Amino acid sequence: MSQKFTRRDFNKLFIAGAAGSTLGVFGGKKAAFANQKHVVVIGGGFGGASTAKYIRKLDPSISVTLIEPATTFYTCPFSNWVMGGLKEMKDIGHTFEVLQNKHGVDVIHDEVVEIDAVNHSVTLEGGDEVKYDRLVVSPGIDFKFDAIEGYSEDVANSSMPHAYKAGPQTELLTKQLQEMQDGENVIICAPGNPFRCPPGPYERASLIANYLKKNKPNSKVIILDAKEKFSKQGLFTKGWERLYSGIIEWRAGSAGGKVLSVDPATMTVQTASGPVKGGVINVIPPQSAGKIAIDAGLADETGWCPVNPITFESAIQPGIHVIGDAAIAGAMPKSGFAASSQGKVTAASIVRLMQGKVPAPPSLVNTCYSLVGPGYGISVAAVYKLTSDGIVSIKGAGGLTPMDADDDQLSEEATYARGWYNNIAQDIWG
Amino acid sequence: MVKKITSLLSVGLISAGALTGCDTPSSDTRDSEKQSTAQIVEVDPRGEILALSCASCHGTDGKSVGILPGFYGKSATYLKTALMDFKNDERYSTVMGRHAKGYSDEEIELIAEYFGSLSQQNSSK
Repeated sequence: MSQKFTRRDFNKLFIAGAAGSTLGVFGGKKAAFANQKHVVVIGGGFGGASTAKYIRKLDPSISVTLIEPATTFYTCPFSNWVMGGLKEMKDIGHTFEVLQNKHGVDVIHDEVVEIDAVNHSVTLEGGDEVKYDRLVVSPGIDFKFDAIEGYSEDVANSSMPHAYKAGPQTELLTKQLQEMQDGENVIICAPGNPFRCPPGPYERASLIANYLKKNKPNSKVIILDAKEKFSKQGLFTKGWERLYSGIIEWRAGSAGGKVLSVDPATMTVQTASGPVKGGVINVIPPQSAGKIAIDAGLADETGWCPVNPITFESAIQPGIHVIGDAAIAGAMPKSGFAASSQGKVTAASIVRLMQGKVPAPPSLVNTCYSLVGPGYGISVAAVYKLTSDGIVSIKGAGGLTPMDADDDQLSEEATYARGWYNNIAQDIWG
Repeated sequence: MVKKITSLLSVGLISAGALTGCDTPSSDTRDSEKQSTAQIVEVDPRGEILALSCASCHGTDGKSVGILPGFYGKSATYLKTALMDFKNDERYSTVMGRHAKGYSDEEIELIAEYFGSLSQQNSSK
């Protein structure tokens, strides 16, 4: 889309427009605005696909291009259920046909190799260049493989999977669990904060324990944690005592949980308290914003991306919005639900900006269900608001499943976890 | 605090718009795309942005495809009463009470009106 005006002309006009002048101010220059507004979204996960769909839903006059390498996106949420034998890969895979055919999103299956923030274009691995008026970057996470001595992407792909991006990694860990000998142990190395899906490693331990209890009764799960405490800890610990007594062992960072190095040849994890051997070793490394966000200079020294909390526009590169796990979003966790919530707020903000209106104050929500067992669900919820301290969780709202919840409630939460997945998947990719 | 947020909002708008320079409203675009823009109904943006979250559990526009209750087609009055009951612990829930407590009475009214008007728009088509 070529523009006939200089940037300065646009700026003047825009500020005038934003200040409430009538459309008449544009006078004889109308024709130059006839071009359709175009948003490019990088990443077809919870954040990106939500943004793409909701921009089209809120204003069909805006064209949206979604760039995602995978033709089927596998969700991290419910991938622990696959490892535990409760779901199959096909249950957590989502395609982009409905976004393309029903919602009019132009879906390109390719990888973005470069973002040119000055010329408003992205370059694809296939060589094509795509121009944008606004760009939404929703790249998820990447791993700091070199943070753990002995670990690497090759090790992850062969002997010690992270299984923290769903897909082949999920299948590898599932296969290893099935092939493991009874009596061998499963080691889960959980990272320090912040990381994707805070309750993820602990739901994983639960559902692996559920599998072991039935299939390998002499095996157990040992969680080596970099942290001193973890998400939903009270609820998980209570559930483990009830369902998996003696099968799950959690070691805090200061109690031998901190991982010093790994050795794939001997399937050993080295800790301050000595070596721990495993039949299956799941290393979840420390993380950063997805590579493309780092390469484009959207991240700060923390490795994550600072944003304007109203529009999720980058605090570093104007015209580019960063959402989901990659963004620094105040009190919000790095979860699929949070990414989708941010995606919709960003969609609404972009639509209003493109219509020359002021974006509405954001309202954001998160709910994370975890399964402790197939009929034993727990959750944490929060509603978020923008205050002068940034995005904060509203006091008196949200919180955890009550510690004294009875079996009926826990069973209902497990059922609702499934109901939530069906609806959020439909809301994003359907 | 309110003032500070308002200024954040306008700063967001101006910096966002000024630096990309492509977000100016266009009467021309609107004229030429009457058919698609005709579907856009001006709603209270606060109600819309509050309501967008609900779909993640209850389905797009409140149309549930799973076991969680859908509420598309319910009136604003019904929805307001339900949300207020959840908020005040007068109706049993697992998660909904925890969410409803995050909204002021006015916000609950905006959410209820948003969903109430959605189904009205469609039934009058």
